[in-house]
Amino acid sequence: MKSLLINARIINPEAGTDTLGSILIENGKISGIYTDNQNFDFKIQTTIDCDGKCLAPGIIDIGVKIGEPGERHKESFRSAGAAAACGGVTTMVIRPDTEPTVDSPEILEFVFRRAVSDSIVNVLPMAALTKGRNGTEMAEIGFLKDAGAVAFTDCDHVVTDNKVFTRCLTYAKGLNALIITHPQEPMLSNGACATSGALATKLGLPSVSPYAELMQLQRDLALVEMTGARVHFDQLSCAAGLNTLARAKGKGLSVSAGTSIHHLTLNEQDIEGYPTFFKIKPPLRSEDDRIALIDAVASGIIDIISSMHTPQDEESKRLPFEAAASGAVGLETLLPAAMQLVHGEYMDLPTLWRALSLNPAKLLGLNVGRIEIGAPADLVLFDPDKPFILDRSKLLSKSKNTPYDGRTMQGKVIRTFIAGEEVYRQ
Amino acid sequence: MVFSPKHLLGIEYLSPTDISTILNLAETYVHLNRKEQKQGGTLSGMTQINMFFENSTRTLASFELAGKRLGADVMSLAVGASSIKKGETLIDTAMTLNAMNPDLLVVRHPQSGAVDLLAEKVNCAVLNAGDGRHEHPTQALLDALTIRRAKGRLHRLNIAICGDISHSRVARSNIFLLNKMENRIRLIGPQTLMPSGINKFGVEVYEDMNEGLKDVDVVMMLRLQSERMDGAFIPSKREYYYRWGLTAEKLAKAKKDAIVMHPGPMNRGVEIDGDIADDINRSVIQEQVEMGVAVRMAAMDLLAQGLRTHRTKSASI
Repeated sequence: MKSLLINARIINPEAGTDTLGSILIENGKISGIYTDNQNFDFKIQTTIDCDGKCLAPGIIDIGVKIGEPGERHKESFRSAGAAAACGGVTTMVIRPDTEPTVDSPEILEFVFRRAVSDSIVNVLPMAALTKGRNGTEMAEIGFLKDAGAVAFTDCDHVVTDNKVFTRCLTYAKGLNALIITHPQEPMLSNGACATSGALATKLGLPSVSPYAELMQLQRDLALVEMTGARVHFDQLSCAAGLNTLARAKGKGLSVSAGTSIHHLTLNEQDIEGYPTFFKIKPPLRSEDDRIALIDAVASGIIDIISSMHTPQDEESKRLPFEAAASGAVGLETLLPAAMQLVHGEYMDLPTLWRALSLNPAKLLGLNVGRIEIGAPADLVLFDPDKPFILDRSKLLSKSKNTPYDGRTMQGKVIRTFIAGEEVYRQ
Repeated sequence: MVFSPKHLLGIEYLSPTDISTILNLAETYVHLNRKEQKQGGTLSGMTQINMFFENSTRTLASFELAGKRLGADVMSLAVGASSIKKGETLIDTAMTLNAMNPDLLVVRHPQSGAVDLLAEKVNCAVLNAGDGRHEHPTQALLDALTIRRAKGRLHRLNIAICGDISHSRVARSNIFLLNKMENRIRLIGPQTLMPSGINKFGVEVYEDMNEGLKDVDVVMMLRLQSERMDGAFIPSKREYYYRWGLTAEKLAKAKKDAIVMHPGPMNRGVEIDGDIADDINRSVIQEQVEMGVAVRMAAMDLLAQGLRTHRTKSASI
């Protein structure tokens, strides 16, 4: 079974190229890359004309929350999978902060079973670092890793006990397991739902300084240096920690960092008037922070952009700002929102795709995220320029809590392929 | 007289003209309230519901009395004790009350922005009686009326606001109002109780009371909540009193005819010396309470007029 995608603008994040050409898919893998549309002397079952639109590796989204187990009314594997396919996300790396927490091989097995039967895109689960994400007892990292957990994280909980955390890092190092941490000093950020400054003061909202992020980053980096463990920071959201991170990378520590698409495209001014769909964790930051983050993605100090997809139902958002739940859905809006960075000329498409696809794949040791012979044909075909107005009621996610409702966006997925099979067509 | 706002959610949303309109009408109610026959009929036939999600004695009493003196049917609910405990959300509670067709809804809520949220969901006029640390517009208006009556004007005055600025909605509303009316505002208090970014609000910030009170016309003291007294934000009550409590000695730095204000309830011996609070030559604290009723009558009267105009218009269409 051979299919050929012709007339494609191929975005190759590894080579840093953006060129016209064709891609041959055979048995679910990329088996040929051609720079012209010349005669092919072999038999092809299907030919798809990409019409000069962009063809890139599918997005690998680290940190997706699915409501299973526990909150299936907010999001199921089926709805999240459909949303992901529609958004060009071919692999969802899902969070363990469910109810119950994914902290045992038994629960992980349940997750796998549900994912395989219901999701049309790839699902890779992460597991909790400590039991119940309580920060006191280590989870069974060895069992969980062998059962398929790709990383260990307590999500937005911080392991405050330095001894426990040091042991987790040391133990994980022995297994070469990846740990993902949330760099927010929990005492300072406790209860905060805005970033300190004039706006938070005017709105009368409890707020936290960006230094809370720097502080936790510094602690984690010190312990990484001490233990030699492999650590990824889920979301950097302010300029304050970027130099520290760059220095740590310069020193050769095995650390990497992500940021959320919301912190790259929205700022604290958006919470004027208390719209709870803009309540996320960490809170939206200043415009200066946003620009610094974009520069950090462009320069590679920040490795990964995630949607931090967090479905919340209407009930948990229809509350006063302080009481409302945090988080925003993002699987379907990640690509068009990220295109803002390209249209704003902050970076080119291959650079953006490093953060969306190649770097997450490398971090997790996956062979996707590349345009390369032999790599799985997880691909997204999209029109980078197509404008549209986002209507949240049309989202495929069960929860519709997007901050982009009503905004004009540019960039639309045309088709999504998993292992050469089409899972979404516009 | 033009007063266009549909709700009274915060001073931030009012123009200087709106503020003057409310204060001018309030003056007439001050006179009415001093008569033996205190009844005005402008809210006659209308229903006012006071919904207080947070404890209050004086503000609730003031709104209740204001409504009754204008002839409204007034109902007060201490919601904190009932529905919320049963898991009903703020919006559900509001929708339930809205279905009873009130004309005026007076709301106090412990969370900032809660009253704004509620106002979007109901079709009556909403008055904010204090939301979290956000705004307390009628308090700022009654303070303004008190100042205007004591000083003969509400502009070009030096006004000091002292104490816990950080957690105070009264401070925020007063900063907005006094700035809109072109006064010079000083904030005095410990750095732990100064909110971040406050220097962008058109104020001068002082830590030293003696320095900050120099030559001011008005001294506004704020209440220090008891949970903030011991160790968390300041070392102790007595150190707070020593450094920021209003004493005769510190007040002597202000202008000779400076007035002393406090939104109540007071902690005597913490933020204010008892003798100063009771000094009829300096303290206008009792007058503030009196102005409170008048200002709330004026605000509700104006909002009700707006409602009537709106209804007449929609009926004629």
